[in-house]
Amino acid sequence: MSRLAGTDLVRLAGRGARGHPVRFLLSALGIGIGVAAMVAVAGITQSSKAELSNLLEALGTNVLKVYPTADLRGRPSMLPRTAAPMLGSIGPVTAVSGLTVLQSEAAYRSPYVPSGQTSSVLVTSVSTDLLATLRGQVADGHWFTATEQRYPAVVLGWAAARRLGVDAPGLRLWMHQQWWVVVGVLRPLPLAPELDSSVLVGGSAAQDYLGADGTLSAVYLRVPEDQLGPVERVVPPTASPEHPELVGVSRPSDALAAKLVADATLNRLLLGLAAIGLLVGGIGVSNTMIIAALERRPEIGLRRALGATRGQIAAQFLAESLVMATAGGVLGVLLGDLVTVVYAQVQGWPLSLPLWVSGAAVLLTVLVGAVAGLYPAVKACRVPPTEALSST
Amino acid sequence: MTTVLECRALTRTYPGDVQALVDVGLEVAAGEFVAILGRSGSGKSTLLNLLGTLDRPTSGSVLIDGVDVTTMSDRELSGVRAQKIGFVFQQFHLSPLVSVLDNVAEGLLYAGVRHAERRRRAAVVLERLGLGHRLSYRPHLLSGGERQRVAIARAVVGDPAVLLADEPTGNLDSVNSAAVVALLRELAVTGTAVVVITHDHEVAAAMGRQIELRDGRVVTNAAAGPR
Ligand SMILES: Nc1ncnc2c1ncn2[C@@H]1O[C@H](COP(=O)(O)OP(=O)(O)O)[C@@H](O)[C@H]1O
Ligand SMILES: [Mg+2]
Repeated sequence: MSRLAGTDLVRLAGRGARGHPVRFLLSALGIGIGVAAMVAVAGITQSSKAELSNLLEALGTNVLKVYPTADLRGRPSMLPRTAAPMLGSIGPVTAVSGLTVLQSEAAYRSPYVPSGQTSSVLVTSVSTDLLATLRGQVADGHWFTATEQRYPAVVLGWAAARRLGVDAPGLRLWMHQQWWVVVGVLRPLPLAPELDSSVLVGGSAAQDYLGADGTLSAVYLRVPEDQLGPVERVVPPTASPEHPELVGVSRPSDALAAKLVADATLNRLLLGLAAIGLLVGGIGVSNTMIIAALERRPEIGLRRALGATRGQIAAQFLAESLVMATAGGVLGVLLGDLVTVVYAQVQGWPLSLPLWVSGAAVLLTVLVGAVAGLYPAVKACRVPPTEALSST
Repeated sequence: MTTVLECRALTRTYPGDVQALVDVGLEVAAGEFVAILGRSGSGKSTLLNLLGTLDRPTSGSVLIDGVDVTTMSDRELSGVRAQKIGFVFQQFHLSPLVSVLDNVAEGLLYAGVRHAERRRRAAVVLERLGLGHRLSYRPHLLSGGERQRVAIARAVVGDPAVLLADEPTGNLDSVNSAAVVALLRELAVTGTAVVVITHDHEVAAAMGRQIELRDGRVVTNAAAGPR
C-alpha cells in the first residue's frame, strides 16, 4: 500500500496535540524538565571548566613553590635567607619572590582587643615583587610602593580583609605595639591561597619594625614551561646546600588542574539524576499515548475503514509520541540553556554553551519518544477495523 | 449491469456460538440502491462488516469488483477499502479538530493522494453535494443532516465502487433523512453500488431493492417500491 508522506504524519501528529493541548503540554513538560536538568548540568560544567582553564591560562602553570619540610624530629624548619638569591641565580628562572610567615605576630583592629583574638589572620612578610610573580591583582588601593615597604604599611589578603572587617584602604591595624596603615586589599590568589588570609608586610619593614631574621617560609619561582623538570631537580641543593633533604617543591597550578578532574565525578552523578528525570518524563509520554490509544478506538476504526493499514495507524501514534517528546526536548534545551546563561552570569564565568549538548539532548528525546511510543503504537494498530461500526 | 459486490454462503459465528449470519448469498450490481432491513440483532451490521472487509467470515466468500477478498492479507484488505469501498456511519465520525474540507480530504489520505490534490477533490465533491458554503466550517457547527452529508462526501471522495452505510439516517429527523436518502440515490444513479442498513421501512421503500434479514438469514430479497 501507499505509505503516508512525512508531512501527512506530522499533520496527524499535530492534530493529536491539538486534541488535548493541556495533556500534550504536561507530558512534553515532563520530558522538558529532565532535559533542562541535563543541559543545565552540562552547560554549567562546561562554563566552569572554561572559567578554570581561563584562570590557568592567565596565571600560568609554570610557577614552582619551594618550601621547607619538617625535620626528622617533626619540627618545622625554615629556608635560609640566601635561598631566594640563590634560586634566582638558576639560569632559566625568570622571577623569584620569597615570603616569611611571622608566627609570633598578630594584627588587631584596635589596641583594646585582647591579644590572642587574632581572627585567624597570619602576618606574612613578602618581597615586593611577589604580586608580579604570582600575577595577583589588587582589589582596592594599591600594592606596596618602594617606600611603603620600608614603613609600617600593610596589604591585606582577600580573606584577611573580611576577617578583620576592613572594607577599604586607609584604615589602621594594631600590630607589635604600633599602628600600621592598610594601603591595599588583594583579590584572591589562586596560586598561593595561604596568602588570602594573611596581613602582608614589606620585607624591610618586617626586619626594621618586627625584627624578622630574613629566613624564609616559601619561595615562588617562575620558570619556562619546558625547563620545569630540570629546574625542579636542582632546587633543593640550591635553596639549602646544607640540608637539601628539608626542601620541598610543588607546582601550585596542579591543585587547580585537579579541580577540573574532581568536578567530573559530581557532574556524572548530577547527569545521572537528570537522566532519571528524563526517564520519568518518557514514562509520562508513554502513559499519555496509551490513554490516547484507548480513547480513540472509534477514530482508529474509522481510519481502518478509510483504508489505513496497521502500519499506518502505528506510524501515526508513534509520530504523536515523537512530536510530544521532541517538543519537550526543545523546551528543555531552551530552559537548560537559560539556566546556564543566568548561572554563568551570576558567577561571572565565561558562557560556554556547546551546540553538541543541545543537539545531543534533542536527539535523546527523539529516542525517548520512539521508545515511549512503541507500546501505545502497537496497542493502537491492534484495534480491529470493525470498531468504527461497533458503537452503532 | 455488472456485479460489483457479491457474497456466497456467508456465515459468521461469534465466540460463544452466536450465529450472527448463516449462509447468506447476494449480488449487488453497479448503480443499484439496496436496503438491508431487519430487527435489531438480526445480523445487519455483521453483514455490512463482512461486505466491507472490516471483518472476516467464518466461512463463505466476499467478492468485490469480481475479486475474492476472503484470502487477502490485512494489508491488501486495507488497500481494497482505500480504493473501492466507502463507509457511512450512524454517528458520522467527523473530527471536530479540522474543517469540513479537511474531514472530507481525509477520505483520500490512505489512497496515496497528495495533500493539495486531496483538498482540491474534497472541495469538488462538497460543492457537488451542496456544501460548498461550509468548506471552512468545523463539523460541530453544522446540523445533523449537513454532518451526514459531509460524512457521505468523505465516503465518496475516492470514487468507490461500493458505498456501505449503517443506519445513516438513524440520528436524523425525517426531513434530513429524506435529503440524505435522496443524496444516496443520486450517488447510485452515477454508478456506485449503494447498500444501506435501515430499520425504517419508509426509508427502505425509497430504495430499489429490499433485503430482509432474520436471525442471520435472508428472508426477503426483492425489488419493490418506486425505482
Ligand atoms: N463482536 C461480537 N461478538 C459477539 N457477538 C456479537 C458481536 N457482534 C454482534 N454480535 C451478535 O451477533 C448478532 C447480530 O448482531 P448485529 O450484526 O450487530 O445485528 P444488527 O446490526 O442487525 O443489530 C447479535 O446477536 C449480536 O449480539
Ligand atoms: Mg447494527
